[in-house]
Amino acid sequence: MSEITPDLVRHLASLARILVTDEEVDQLAGELAVIVDSVAMVNQAVSGDVVATSHPIPMVNVYREDVILPSLTQEQALSGAPESADGRFKVNAILDED
Amino acid sequence: MAKEQLMPYEQAIERFEVVIGLEVHVELNTASKMFCGCANNFGSEPNTNVCPTCLGLPGSLPAVNRKAIESSIAIGLALDCQIAESGRFSRKNYFYPDLAKNFQTSQYDEPIAYEGKISVELETGERFEVPIERAHMEEDAGKLTHVGGATGRIQGAEYSLVDYNRAGVPLVEIVTKPIYGAEDKAPELAATYVRVIRDIVKAMDVSDAKMERGNVRCDANVSLREKGAEKLGTRTETKNVNSLRSVENAVRYEIQRQAHILAAGGSIIQETRHWHEDRGHTSAGRPKSDADDYRYFPEPDLVPVQPSLEWIEEIRKTLPENPALRRKRLQEAWGFADLEFRDVFNSDLLDEVEQTVAAGASPQSARKWWTGELARLANAQGVSITELAITPGQVAEIQKLIDAGELTDRIARDVVAGVLAGEGEPSQVIESRGLRVVTDEGALIAAIDKALASQPDVLEKIRDGKLQAAGAVIGAVMQEMRGQADAARVRELILERAK
Ligand SMILES: [Zn+2]
Repeated sequence: MSEITPDLVRHLASLARILVTDEEVDQLAGELAVIVDSVAMVNQAVSGDVVATSHPIPMVNVYREDVILPSLTQEQALSGAPESADGRFKVNAILDED
Repeated sequence: MAKEQLMPYEQAIERFEVVIGLEVHVELNTASKMFCGCANNFGSEPNTNVCPTCLGLPGSLPAVNRKAIESSIAIGLALDCQIAESGRFSRKNYFYPDLAKNFQTSQYDEPIAYEGKISVELETGERFEVPIERAHMEEDAGKLTHVGGATGRIQGAEYSLVDYNRAGVPLVEIVTKPIYGAEDKAPELAATYVRVIRDIVKAMDVSDAKMERGNVRCDANVSLREKGAEKLGTRTETKNVNSLRSVENAVRYEIQRQAHILAAGGSIIQETRHWHEDRGHTSAGRPKSDADDYRYFPEPDLVPVQPSLEWIEEIRKTLPENPALRRKRLQEAWGFADLEFRDVFNSDLLDEVEQTVAAGASPQSARKWWTGELARLANAQGVSITELAITPGQVAEIQKLIDAGELTDRIARDVVAGVLAGEGEPSQVIESRGLRVVTDEGALIAAIDKALASQPDVLEKIRDGKLQAAGAVIGAVMQEMRGQADAARVRELILERAK
């Protein structure tokens, strides 16, 4: 059984920028524990000589040449933005980093 | 905010051992970005070098720039690193609007280069070998402009504007191992190390290496421990140190700040701090996230980088001369005294002097131009000397005219002024401004006669051994000739007259 504490859930929620209520924290702690335990069962299915895989296809060294391709126009780039100003995306000031 | 208290520097060094660690980000000067074909170009209109990939739009896929890999391997080799048999990209997850896709593509557990070292020589000649932990590839983030705050900083800002032109520009992050034993030299060592890295990537031409444009940026880690203590102290990471002087000042400040806290029985908070060059201090930023909080995992959209030995050896062959060896070679070739050479080197003028010498000027005259008159002019104009609108070739041309007696030093300065003012090549400036040494002795003698006529006692004084009396006449003659006479020759003529 994994240790998914309410504090861990709150921490994960803050990393993911999700607001959670105390009730949701309790509920999520239980649900996440089940998920983590289920995933951990994979370890029992493989033997030690199987290398972890991040790609299903054994492919390496796929490159493109250093050539400039057409970009979007500023209008196109900003067309999906909820708000923009001065040719830039406008976002809430986030007091986090400088 | 109340100004933090500092322990006097000497006292801090006396009591504590300083351990520093440096992370230097180098922006590569590839034509296109790291994972897409958008131009890697500084100064474009905002959000014009962007595409679905670097904007993180759904369905877009990254493709690795071969040249960026090549440059990264080259940097690794220049830092005496091992090049990884296999390196891979990872996602560093965080939410901040400087990257639209909510993660930075970086390298985590498999950097392209690791375990290197670089020799750093301080101004005193003292040498340190700085151990390199790793050099890894990642992408730069977009540029945020905070609007509404009193100082343009995030504090008090109403909103922020984002330009993603820089998002996805290839970076190589070079991370040192902890550096011990620098003691009171730690701030200078930090700055000199950054300078060495900058010089190397500039000489290799893998980066534009302009710190004022953020092509080379440094995060400085500083921790202190009581002398003799085994355990490392808690470190802080100072960001935003983007000039050599800032690196030195920020490290020095952190040493003094931490020493004061520790001496008072307090403890250091592991955090990111920001350096404010204008105010000369650091301020607390966010608490440092654990690596775990970034939830790194292998980037599923990119495959591993496994450079062949042949490719690595090919890249190794393209490495330029090691900057330290180059300095030694140039100093010997030029015959400069240590002080003269250091003056050139510390002003970042090796390239300029070298090119001026190559264009035909003597090393000493090239040195004098660049560290003298041209440095003064750059300073007066508030630009960096390499931004002056004069080329080493033009400087050499002017010097050759001085050597040939066609220009005096003083007229030559007018020629330089003309070139800087955009009046064309030195020969054109000389032509259009009518600048040339008056070598017509008849004209000089006529001017001398005229000056002597109004100062009749001068010849008598010279005959009495008061040679300095000639000065007033020389001044009058130079004025008459609008400065275009060789003052030394005028002096000779006056002294001859007094015989
Ligand atoms: Zn792009």
